[in-house]
Amino acid sequence: MADEKDVKEVKPRAESGNGAKGNGAGLVKEIRDINAELVTKAKEQVEGLKDPTKTQVFTSIFRHKHDDTPRNRALGVLSNVFLHLHPAKINRDAVRYSYTWGMGGITFYLFIVLTFTGVLLMFYYHPSKVQAFRDVLYLEADVPFGKLLRNMHRWAAHLMVIAVWLHMFRVFLTGSYKKPREFNWTVGVILLVLTLLLSFTGYLLPDDQLGFWAVTVGTNMARATPLLGHEGPLGAQLHMTPYNDIRFGLLGGSIVDANALLRSYIWHCIGIPIVASIFMIVHFWRVRKDGGISGPAPVMLASEAEKQRRGVKAAGE
Amino acid sequence: MDWHQIWEIVSTPDNVPIVALIPLLAFYIYLGVKQARANDQLIAQLETDPALAKTHHRKTWPFRPGWQKEIHVWPFLLRVEFLAAIIVTIILMVWSITLNAPLEEPSNPNVTMNPAKAPWYFLGLQEMLVYFDPWIAGVVMPTLIIVGLIIIPYIDTNPLGAGYYTIKQRKFALATFGFGFLALWVAMILIGTFIRGPGWQWFWPGQTWDHSRLIYEVNRDLPDIFGITSNLGKGIFGAVVVGGYFAAGGLALTLLFRRFMAKDFRRMSILQYSMVAAFMLMMIALPIKMLFRLLFHIKYVWITPWFNI
Ligand code: HEM
Repeated sequence: MADEKDVKEVKPRAESGNGAKGNGAGLVKEIRDINAELVTKAKEQVEGLKDPTKTQVFTSIFRHKHDDTPRNRALGVLSNVFLHLHPAKINRDAVRYSYTWGMGGITFYLFIVLTFTGVLLMFYYHPSKVQAFRDVLYLEADVPFGKLLRNMHRWAAHLMVIAVWLHMFRVFLTGSYKKPREFNWTVGVILLVLTLLLSFTGYLLPDDQLGFWAVTVGTNMARATPLLGHEGPLGAQLHMTPYNDIRFGLLGGSIVDANALLRSYIWHCIGIPIVASIFMIVHFWRVRKDGGISGPAPVMLASEAEKQRRGVKAAGE
Repeated sequence: MDWHQIWEIVSTPDNVPIVALIPLLAFYIYLGVKQARANDQLIAQLETDPALAKTHHRKTWPFRPGWQKEIHVWPFLLRVEFLAAIIVTIILMVWSITLNAPLEEPSNPNVTMNPAKAPWYFLGLQEMLVYFDPWIAGVVMPTLIIVGLIIIPYIDTNPLGAGYYTIKQRKFALATFGFGFLALWVAMILIGTFIRGPGWQWFWPGQTWDHSRLIYEVNRDLPDIFGITSNLGKGIFGAVVVGGYFAAGGLALTLLFRRFMAKDFRRMSILQYSMVAAFMLMMIALPIKMLFRLLFHIKYVWITPWFNI
């Protein structure tokens, strides 16, 4: 209200000021008015900043209030694109660490760490025979925190393999693959394979003896693929040679060389991460759609299992 | 006892994850078994007391009637996740500051690494190369492992034990998975890491890795022992032995199954049961073939012009 009055008062005077050009006293008055006006506006601004949650910027980002009400706790999760992976509420025992061991979440967190450190590593790495090994030396010796970066990427990869195994082990021990989660177990197995492949393709990239021989040993087995490898059963009968078999396709050549390095790099940095991300999206989606985490569920007695089965059958018939 | 050799193997940076895996696995097995025990106790109690079974909330954790069954994700789950992320980050940081990732000489196709080892998580498959031809160890086995894992939910027809730890209600499933995961996968990795030295030879812990050690192992094939020399004879003999193993093994397995797990047997369709039997027999065949090789120096059982098993 105060604002409106001010505007009304100011306006006519401003017009008269314009009309009387060259009138020095009028101009001084006008500047004084502007000054007073700006001071009030500045005061209002400061006043507004005392509660930033009321600013337009804030309310445009966070779409709900933050006082601690059940509604806001739920909205905090639901209206956030990252958090809404979660439901608003879950079973009170499901948050106990001893049930899930948190291993699925830790695996995912390590994947994020690996993506982050991996992108940073990519800034310093050229996937070519001439440069790859030197890039790693340079990274370790000259790039600030380069050694730490490489170490973190390496050890996070190992940890992720361990975490994914433990996660699978937990899912098995709790029987969480049983109805209705059969399919998510399948998605999980694919994620396990992708995790191992990610690790394996990364092994070659430093282009050192360790990676070179590990990949040589690994891909030599592909020679022996039945039907598709030139040393495999029935391979020769299908006209497989070292220059057209499946190993050639994997390495982009008949030996582990520049093409293999490039292929490894592309699978490692682009191909498999994208595929793995897609499967992870499906995996998390299915955890929700299959009714959330499987438990800890109330224990079932053998006598009830029989009854339930018969009940289901009767309903199905 | 060559402690230095042991230290060298254990402290190789890329072996540290395996060294870490052992206590981790031990801890989580303990955690699982502890909860399974508690649940099994509760199950036994409820089975003898039907009245209690009707009213009990059926978990080993406390629950009071006034409590809500569900709690808010914010903050109760998110704080656990946040804490886990911080702890993992700290572990990773400390590990990365104290231990450097390995970097060997630049790759050189003319200088072979000895032993040339695959990354540790594939060492189980590399170990299998000793006992099987590459097409089995490197191609067929990984495929079977993946397929075998995928079909688990479809062949395990036991409705009990979904969503809680238990031993009593899932003895067979746990034993099978434990055998596959711990004995065939983790144990092979440990052998590949700690036992296999230069030339992929067997060195007991504490034995020095002798790069010039040569072992003249005379490996025979099973048909040779029986004096079969013709190719046709070898082929037929092998087919009979392998076929016989699966036939006899299948029969024995079915008899055992019907006797000791009658309920499960009744529940399974013929497809489900044959899958279980086939995968069981293949899993059991691995240690048998390993023992043949390690104790009797027998290389192949079945020899044909196209493949050897
Ligand atoms: C990149 C690898 C993987 C990631 C990031 C991942 C992530 C997750 C997460 C976050 C959960 C929620 C519960 C928990 O944390 O335990 C979960 C549940 C589940 N995962 Fe995975 N997982 C992966 C691999 C696997 C594998 C290898 C399997 C099995 C072979 C699997 C099977 C399942 C199943 C069946 C559930 C539902 C469990 C339940 O309801 O209790 N996942 N996964």
